[in-house]
Amino acid sequence: MTQATLPRKSRFRTGLTQWLNALPFVAVGLVGVLVFVVYPMIQNVKVSFQEFNILPGQNSPWVGWDNYRSVFDDPNDKFMIALKNTFLNVAVTVPINWFLAVFFAVVINTRFVKMKVAFRTLYYLPIVTSWIVVALLFKYLFADGSGGFVNYVLLNVGILSEPIAWKSHYWSAMIMIWLFHIWKTVGWGIVIYLAALQGIPRDLYEAADMDGASATGKFFRVTLPMLRPITVFVLINLVNGAFGFFPQVYFITAGGPMNQTQVIPSLIYMEAFKHFHFGEAAAMGVMMGLLVFAVTYYQMTKIGKQRLF
Amino acid sequence: MRTPWMTKLAVYAILVAGALLFVFPFIYMILTSFFTATFSLPRPEEVFSVTPNFINYQVVWGKNHFAQYFGNSMLLTSVAMLGALLVSSLTAYGFARFSFPGKEGVFRLFLLTMMIPSVINIIPQFIIIKNMGLVNTYAGLWLVYIATGVVGNMFFLRGFFESIPRELEESVLIDGGGNWRIYWNIYLPLSLPAMGTLAIFVFQATWEEYFLALTIIKSEALRTLPIAILMFNDKYATNYGQIFAASIIALLPVILIYIAFQKKFVQSGFNEGAVKG
Repeated sequence: MTQATLPRKSRFRTGLTQWLNALPFVAVGLVGVLVFVVYPMIQNVKVSFQEFNILPGQNSPWVGWDNYRSVFDDPNDKFMIALKNTFLNVAVTVPINWFLAVFFAVVINTRFVKMKVAFRTLYYLPIVTSWIVVALLFKYLFADGSGGFVNYVLLNVGILSEPIAWKSHYWSAMIMIWLFHIWKTVGWGIVIYLAALQGIPRDLYEAADMDGASATGKFFRVTLPMLRPITVFVLINLVNGAFGFFPQVYFITAGGPMNQTQVIPSLIYMEAFKHFHFGEAAAMGVMMGLLVFAVTYYQMTKIGKQRLF
Repeated sequence: MRTPWMTKLAVYAILVAGALLFVFPFIYMILTSFFTATFSLPRPEEVFSVTPNFINYQVVWGKNHFAQYFGNSMLLTSVAMLGALLVSSLTAYGFARFSFPGKEGVFRLFLLTMMIPSVINIIPQFIIIKNMGLVNTYAGLWLVYIATGVVGNMFFLRGFFESIPRELEESVLIDGGGNWRIYWNIYLPLSLPAMGTLAIFVFQATWEEYFLALTIIKSEALRTLPIAILMFNDKYATNYGQIFAASIIALLPVILIYIAFQKKFVQSGFNEGAVKG
């Protein structure tokens, strides 16, 4: 308020002093982010319009929209398949992940359950393990032939009549990737919801009891409405997580069979580091960035206001 | 109000079944790590009838410089963690306690960068590191790890720092101390749970980081554990016992830290940091 009434010059002065005061603390962080996060993103846009040469001494000529064109002209449609898979991953994993998180959090939070902390710890365990190790473990559990654990169980229960080669077919590979992702990440949602559930005031339930509400009635009339803000936060994070599939695909199928299970980040990585198509990888990166930006911009402004984090 | 025992039984049955779902793969992995026959996929009945032993662990530890890679990862991760905590907390302190023009704009811009998948930055980051002459050094990796972590960490810490009452600073000011003393004597000690939680997050993320390390580290002697494990897996693909013994050794530090601190960790980490009203 007072600032607006000050003359222009002294406003500039105050601003400068304020910056100088804060600078010793924020300088290293700001420079680091600008150099290693913001600048690479700009650089990436530039490379997407070049035929990029990583070797020293060679120049990288400008090629206009060629890289973008060749991404879409690809006879195998790798980019479009990856895009489709990305949306499919969101559509399949987010609802399941969300439901399991609420379900297990509510069950753990049941009043008479003892050892809540122990259950929470066990459910959270996959979160603290490394993606690489869990990927090796899942590939081993889903191994081909009747000796693979999952095949073994499904054969013995009678669901399958012959073992599946999980990674060799599109749908079975996708199911494996989804199970891997959900198993690895659902603990996060459970922990968030548990914290939120414990924050719901007891007297709300007591009031509901006095009105003679049933357990399901209490869940839908008290619990769910009280969890709403957290649900927004959890859903945004689940969507972002499903959008950003990378180790999930790279370490399980590496995009196979025939690039069918590829997602955009894994495709970018493999185009760049396996085939050295840096320009096309950068073009895909720019498009992915714009897509993510469009999807999350609205969410971001909302979160920024609510300070949910 | 008493709960009928049928309901109790059902609830516990669900909980135990759920817990088994999350824990069973680990149990299966541990059992497999006792399996010493190689060159074939162990069948489930063989896995379940295995006798516990540490042969694979001993073999793996002495094989392919595994112990050296473990040490490499320890060094890399510890320094990255300390550096990230220092730089991130300073930046968060600056954002929480000072007001300066454009602060929220910068903050928003930084948050937006968090949404962009980090894989697209690997090539430009590599070029910058190359131009600095830091390819194949830990210094190069430290720079990128610390700098790219600042945004998320600052995001996490800023909320904690803003909840610290300003009146507490007065004692320092009366003693004639300045902003640095306030940071060191007030903000850091009061946000120890948050810093501890963050330390675990950073430790875990750096400990398992694979793609950047693979890009920047060229020489065999400097390799980190995730790279070593994947290479080990490629080399001895059918030796499941040894692969999972190696995997379990790699998992142990993070899991032990997590279990030791988990009561504080999860509570403080998400209640306040994540769900700040």
